Amino acid sequence: MTTKEGTGLIFEKSVKGRKAFSLPAPVIKGKKPADYIPAGLLRSSLEFPEISELDIVRHYTGLASKNFSVDGNFYPLGSCTMKYNPKINEQICSYGGFRDVHPLFPREKVQGYMSLLKKMEGLLSAITGMDGFCLHPAAGAHGELLGLMLIRAFYDKRGGRRRKIIVPDSSHGTNPSSAAMAGYDIVSIKSDRDGRVDTGELSKVLDDEVAALMMTNPNTLGLFEDKILEIAEMVHKKGALLYYDGANLNPLLGLCRPGDMGFDVVHLNLHKTFSTPHGGGGPGSGPVGVKEKLKPFLPVPVIREQGGILDFDFNCPDSIGMIKAFWGNTGVILKAFAYIMALGDDGLKKTGEISVLNANYLRKKLGQFYDIPFNRTCMHEFVISVKELASKGIHAIDIAKALIDTGIHPPTVYFPLIVEEAIMVEPTETESKTTIDSFADNMAGIYKKAETDPELLKNAPVNASVKRLDELKAAKFPDVKWDFKKRNSQ
Amino acid sequence: MDYIPHGAEDIRRMLEFIGISSPDKLYSDIPEKIRIRGYGIGKGVSEPEIKNILEEFSGSNASVKTLKSYIGAGAYEHFIPAVVDDICSKPEFYTAYTPYQAEASQGILQSIYEYQSMICELTGTDVSNASLYDGATAAAEAALMSIGKNSGGIVGISSAVNPVYRKVIETYLKSSPCSVSLVGHKEGITDIENIEKQVSGRMFSFIFQSPNFFGCIEDVKTVSDYVRGRGALSITVANPLSLGVLEAPGRNGADIVAGEGQPLGIPLCFGGPYLGFMGVKKELMRKLPGRIIGRTTDKDGKEGFVMTLQAREQHIRREKATSNICSNQALMALRAAVYMAYMGKEGMKEVGTLNICNSHYLADEIEKTGKAALKFKRPFFNEFVIEFRNNVEEVFRAFEKEGILPGIRLAEEGQNSILCCVTEAKSKSDMDKYVEVVKKL
Amino acid sequence: MSIPEDLKYTVSHEWIRVQDNTGIVGITDYAQDKLGDVVFVELPKAGTEVEANGEVAVIESVKTAADVYTPVSGKITKVNNLLDKDPSFINSDPYNKGWIFEIQIKDMSELDKLMDAMVYQNKISED
Repeated sequence: MTTKEGTGLIFEKSVKGRKAFSLPAPVIKGKKPADYIPAGLLRSSLEFPEISELDIVRHYTGLASKNFSVDGNFYPLGSCTMKYNPKINEQICSYGGFRDVHPLFPREKVQGYMSLLKKMEGLLSAITGMDGFCLHPAAGAHGELLGLMLIRAFYDKRGGRRRKIIVPDSSHGTNPSSAAMAGYDIVSIKSDRDGRVDTGELSKVLDDEVAALMMTNPNTLGLFEDKILEIAEMVHKKGALLYYDGANLNPLLGLCRPGDMGFDVVHLNLHKTFSTPHGGGGPGSGPVGVKEKLKPFLPVPVIREQGGILDFDFNCPDSIGMIKAFWGNTGVILKAFAYIMALGDDGLKKTGEISVLNANYLRKKLGQFYDIPFNRTCMHEFVISVKELASKGIHAIDIAKALIDTGIHPPTVYFPLIVEEAIMVEPTETESKTTIDSFADNMAGIYKKAETDPELLKNAPVNASVKRLDELKAAKFPDVKWDFKKRNSQ
Repeated sequence: MDYIPHGAEDIRRMLEFIGISSPDKLYSDIPEKIRIRGYGIGKGVSEPEIKNILEEFSGSNASVKTLKSYIGAGAYEHFIPAVVDDICSKPEFYTAYTPYQAEASQGILQSIYEYQSMICELTGTDVSNASLYDGATAAAEAALMSIGKNSGGIVGISSAVNPVYRKVIETYLKSSPCSVSLVGHKEGITDIENIEKQVSGRMFSFIFQSPNFFGCIEDVKTVSDYVRGRGALSITVANPLSLGVLEAPGRNGADIVAGEGQPLGIPLCFGGPYLGFMGVKKELMRKLPGRIIGRTTDKDGKEGFVMTLQAREQHIRREKATSNICSNQALMALRAAVYMAYMGKEGMKEVGTLNICNSHYLADEIEKTGKAALKFKRPFFNEFVIEFRNNVEEVFRAFEKEGILPGIRLAEEGQNSILCCVTEAKSKSDMDKYVEVVKKL
Repeated sequence: MSIPEDLKYTVSHEWIRVQDNTGIVGITDYAQDKLGDVVFVELPKAGTEVEANGEVAVIESVKTAADVYTPVSGKITKVNNLLDKDPSFINSDPYNKGWIFEIQIKDMSELDKLMDAMVYQNKISED
């Protein structure tokens, strides 16, 4: 339902005197804040909506209907691993012994949580081949920041700070951004002809000032870095460290481990590889794993057995300190824990395998129409370029918008930056052959339309709740909040 | 178990289409040397089994339902309306991702625009982002926003700010050219004379909290006026639930209002996921970290919502971005938005009033026993520091017997001090039981 | 693509118009075309001392942002506040109303390192 003014913001549905909330009466009747607190500190006005419970429910049900989701739509968003989020994990999260636990409860009263977190550290270490894990980071980028802080602390302790971090030009934007936040200078290196790290380029920039090389493996083109062992040796020989961006770990499940490839620090995205829901943009969880030599620097508190129980140890002299209040997005971590336990060795291996099978099957199918610049056996994802359609005036964005009309969430577009007019497709293992076939048919149909009736694509979407939105207007004349005051004077 | 739909026939046909005999053939790029045979974590289990396993973990935790807890200190037990849980468990919201494709994500986008609007109104600021990780990292991001990239200087922090927040801010600033200067509180609140005495040189910003770690309400206006007078930014860490009754910090001169959104309908969940919120003055809009949602129109002139001002962000600016934040806490922001809409204009006032009245009732009753006294004689919201006559170990033992967690120890504020929190979740009979224990000490 | 003959150019696509020891700086027609619709310009502060090739301003379009580097060292004496109200002058009139800042040139010999219109023309046709 929308009002005549437009989208039907919740504020426009507000009617003076309506309410939804219900609260108990105060302990002592008739007491007001002013009885306890000087008037000067009290609020003069608050213009929040006044709305009934049913109207709130209708409002959000309406909003939900305007949103694509994994449960409702195929969602092949490259590098985001939009796999199915098992329902059982949502149910588990609502158990009172998980949900209603204060983080500062005496430790002996939360041993269930403590042992779950400890076990999770062990599971992630086993899966990545690392020696220790920190579960605190709230998202992948937060994990990256932590990983780089650890690298910095490592060199500070050893004496001889290094100031550079190398990132490939195909990397996620968070890599250089996290490195800058941790106080590093960034050196970008060009990928080779096959879209992988160019060892020649690498050796040119690899000097004594380099603290680490950040890599995603498979990289953002979906290709496994086949020279990884050689690269690791080059990096370590210069006394530098190797950092693993875990965004693309999914295809390697049960197959090989970053720790065995020579990575010293890894971050994972539990909301990608380990099936926790993406929540419309979080909460995620970005645990960081390290090799033994970096363990002393991990953030406090560290879980340790002390006095017969699992406790938090805050007394770690070389630790970088705290990076988050409390102990991580525990509500997310326990869903990933349940997922890993449920799948076990066999399920994880199959997960990796089918993610690769699905991607290659789809790559072959789409390759019949579309140009795939680095067209070779891929891992969990691959990248199309629609550069050749530019002559028809069709761009990646038009393909994406046309997909919306077919009820499919578009893949990632315009990334990685090294492919012009890029469309990055990641089907994940939880999608069936039927779904993938139907996506391929839709993509073929769109390709034909690009050739015969490009205008149609340029006008897409037409079936969504809105047509193409004016981003220029949004950026040039930012309207980022409802104006309560203006409303009142009307 | 696994969540893979393929039957054997599916796999056979897919392999055939690719033109290979087995999935192994897809791994030719992977050196033999590093291939593994399992992780040694054991075989998978069925859904009923996983349920049992997790129930066992859950069963070994106490909860605010099995114990009467008066612990706050950054995470709070509040009433969560059923509507919040119900709406936020809609899969259209929780199984979506960042709204990269606006036309397919109007639900999330509009909900965040509404969230931003309410955060601005609540905090008295002009622009809010779509969320940050938690209160502590929000405060740290605020500190980063205030400093110059290349020049040294100082970020001042009141010692009445939650010590965990102070630690996180210190960690974040370690790799910047700036240093943190801790300013001692005076009888429970920030003291301007102490700032003057203890921070010399170039101060970029001053961070204080209201209600602060001890529960005391700060004079935001006086502190902000002083800080801004020194050419620094005033950063206030606020409890959003208190702002239904307390004046918005932004209206009292704060340049940045940041904090923990957990009190707004987010479960305790042993410390996360929570919600970092941040509202800023218009002049700081382009330095604001994280996603920002804007309202615009589509090609037919119909209203719609998009992620905007993206040029500040990591995926465009890479190493020059204001922050590296990417995924944030969108579902938690949705919880907060639904909570704020549900409470509405009157409910926010009423729930704030209940917190004030309940906490003052308990504080008064404790003082009446003569066994303990308020450490700081200041106005407070829902937390206060009490100093017991008895040894604190003895006090905790007495409460433990009754299944009550009386608060957390604050050793640095006097040996027998406890930080106690009372919200609307406590009834009169709950609190009377607390007082009974004190009487018997 | 317009490339006025009386200006000097940098490899990073800034132009400078010199009169006595003062220079006016902006970005070229080619650069504005690559950026697309400009939505915001972060201007430097007048009075700032800058080194040649230092970052002094940022131009944002919807999907990208570009740093503006000063072609020469000196002191920034004026900035184009008109761009706060309407940054699209960068697109519509890059060499006049779209100027970004005025600089008092410290070392006139730095100008010799810059390109003239013809060299710049050749450079962008290679890109």
